[in-house]
Amino acid sequence: MGVAIAHKNTGCPSGLQPVPIEELDPLGHKVDLSSYVTPTKHGSQQIDLIVQGAHCGGCLAKIERGVGALPGVSTARMNLSSLKLHTEWSGGETGPKTIIQTLSDMGYGAAPYEISASQNQSQTELKSLLRALAVAGFAAMNVMLLSIAVWSGGSEMPSSTHTIFHWISAMIALPAVAYAGQPFFRSAWTALKNKRTNMDVPISLAVFLACGLSLYETVKGNPDTYFDAAVMLLFLLLIGRYLDAKLRLKTGEAAQRLAAMQTTSATRINPDGSLETIPTRQVLPNDTLLIPSGQRIPVDGLILTGNSEIDTHIATGETVPTLSGPDDVIYAGMTNLTAPLTIKAISAHSDSFLSEITKLVELGEQSKSNFTKIADRAARAYVPIVHSLAIMTFLGWLLVGADLRPAALNAIAVLIITCPCALGLAVPAVQIVASGRLFKQGVLIKSGDALERLAKTRRVIFDKTGTLTTGCFTLDNAAEISGENINLAAALSINSRHPIAKALHPYAGNIEAQDVSEVPGVGLRGLINGHVVTFGARQELGRSSTTSRTTESWLQIDGQTPVSFRFSDTPRKDAKETIKELKKLGIASEMLSGDKTSVTQALAQDLGIERYKGDVTPKIKQCIINQRLHEGVHPLMVGDGINDAPALAAAYASASLATASDVSRSAADIILQGDRLSHLPKAIQVARRAQKRVVENLGFAILYNLIAVPLAVFGFVNPLIAALAMSGSSLIVTLNALRMLRS
Amino acid sequence: MIALFWLIPIALILGLLGLVAFFWSVKSGQFDDETGNALRILIDEDEPLFEDAKD
Repeated sequence: MGVAIAHKNTGCPSGLQPVPIEELDPLGHKVDLSSYVTPTKHGSQQIDLIVQGAHCGGCLAKIERGVGALPGVSTARMNLSSLKLHTEWSGGETGPKTIIQTLSDMGYGAAPYEISASQNQSQTELKSLLRALAVAGFAAMNVMLLSIAVWSGGSEMPSSTHTIFHWISAMIALPAVAYAGQPFFRSAWTALKNKRTNMDVPISLAVFLACGLSLYETVKGNPDTYFDAAVMLLFLLLIGRYLDAKLRLKTGEAAQRLAAMQTTSATRINPDGSLETIPTRQVLPNDTLLIPSGQRIPVDGLILTGNSEIDTHIATGETVPTLSGPDDVIYAGMTNLTAPLTIKAISAHSDSFLSEITKLVELGEQSKSNFTKIADRAARAYVPIVHSLAIMTFLGWLLVGADLRPAALNAIAVLIITCPCALGLAVPAVQIVASGRLFKQGVLIKSGDALERLAKTRRVIFDKTGTLTTGCFTLDNAAEISGENINLAAALSINSRHPIAKALHPYAGNIEAQDVSEVPGVGLRGLINGHVVTFGARQELGRSSTTSRTTESWLQIDGQTPVSFRFSDTPRKDAKETIKELKKLGIASEMLSGDKTSVTQALAQDLGIERYKGDVTPKIKQCIINQRLHEGVHPLMVGDGINDAPALAAAYASASLATASDVSRSAADIILQGDRLSHLPKAIQVARRAQKRVVENLGFAILYNLIAVPLAVFGFVNPLIAALAMSGSSLIVTLNALRMLRS
Repeated sequence: MIALFWLIPIALILGLLGLVAFFWSVKSGQFDDETGNALRILIDEDEPLFEDAKD
């Protein structure tokens, strides 16, 4: 009966994600979505929506079943990678609004999926690379089979069989190269047209030369061809290209998920007092807007009337809502929790707080994608040397009086024997082994170059709430309070989703409270067994003070002396140990928090962190990260909230926790499973060891080239020796990488 | 040696079949959502025949 129950609950059915806030009236009534609806081939209609809050297979099933059950819906397909829901339907009963309402009822936010032209292009590019990769792989396997037969056949094979095998190889290799080589040829041609060169110019040249010469040799009936080397080279390079393109597609992801948090509509109060629902992008500064409770704030605004609790975690990362009233400023992306507010817009949609964070994340992700990997740096130095060597070989042999053919053969042998097999494997082999090892230990590495960056880190910058602390409050003084009082408080709290009330949920017994009401910023009041019970901040004290790390709430029964309940957001069990371990590795820790400086200070002293800063906005967090980047300490940011996303994207390396927000997980390089901070120093150690292996492997590849290249230059290399040398070097490099598994 | 004239074309045709199948799978969107597809296998497709059916 899992399905029926799952439909009643909102949000992710796994129970690992926080319950989403119900957004009433998610789209407003008058927003026109018809421009996003397109007809399908079969005469029905379709729309693509981006769904917020889908995490797991359970969400996938819930969304597809829920939307699929709507009348007239023929297809509902959820893509968990891009969070896109594709829906097709016919008939007038269902429309974009019913679909969005259904999603909202199930606890998922939805907005029309708008894909940028550049993203669309990189998706097409990715698919064509995948096809090229398949063709190159097919050709490489078959040509290799034929080549091995020729090599091992040696003198026993009659020359007619040689020639037939070479013709078959040519018939496989030439079309395959023509198809699979296109990404390289095109990029090389564009570069040459603009009078520049890039990596693809020498690659294309080598492939052309090898194919042209092999064809000539085949026609002439000579014993050696290089088709296998050409297609193998293309195949290996395409693997790298494909992975790269995939990574680039991912870079836009965090920003895209943030953009999906934007509400699409706002309710404007016109000067004549009438209400009008308008798309958020039409809101102008100075417009007066009505924010019903349970709705996200569309643009930054100044509160005119009303008092309500605001969920500010998007800006501060704090879980406790803030009570805001007239003249307070609230920002786009925050959620109005308890009471309706009227606000004066102080920004437009495009320059609101949320748009600004989105832009910061985009910027950070772009700057990170400019990171030059160690393999690229090696290739950059290596390519010009190899190619001048090949040209010099060709000219040299001509000068000493050789014919055109042996001169060209030797030059190509140089190109092929230096084929960066060992170089190409040196880095990825280590990275694959290291990430596999880390994965087993509970650390997910999202990209190979993240390991390189992790190894260089000299400073770890932590977020506070949700990262160093659990983000959940626990009752500190349970021993001082009578069991009966705890039960009473729990009976009231069970009706509230306030983070402090949640701390008492485990204590709830079978007492039931009646007529429970929640007053924002004050607390809960209800009737239990005929007694008026209140639980919350003590009225005469105002809001409970949070000068120390504890938050105090009071339970009062029928006006008797109130009982104090103390709660605190406890640091994670392994936080202190982690900071100690990091120190041992020579890495300093620092803490940045959106929380008050006093609270930040108290925790920093507890955990032994010397540098800390409170009251930090997402933008300042990013500024501090940039400052650390300039100082050259290669900062590693660890964060969990949306407010950390810009800092995560900008930092040299970044880590997030498994239960962190989607946005920060998308922005981070590594994810610590099970929310274990202690994995971080381990990951850094593995990364450092991996880096050592990479350097060893690169050193080996250089050594191999130092021996093999002179042999090729002076004409001592035939295809068999080249093949043995190449596979031998690749084997050694791989074995060296596998050593990582043992230590 | 005659066997080669059969075996090589057969091997190539089988390989090509695999390649065509791969092209089809790319075209039909099977590589669009690797995360989702990995989880889809966990979704239980049989639903109880009757609303009150208990397991």
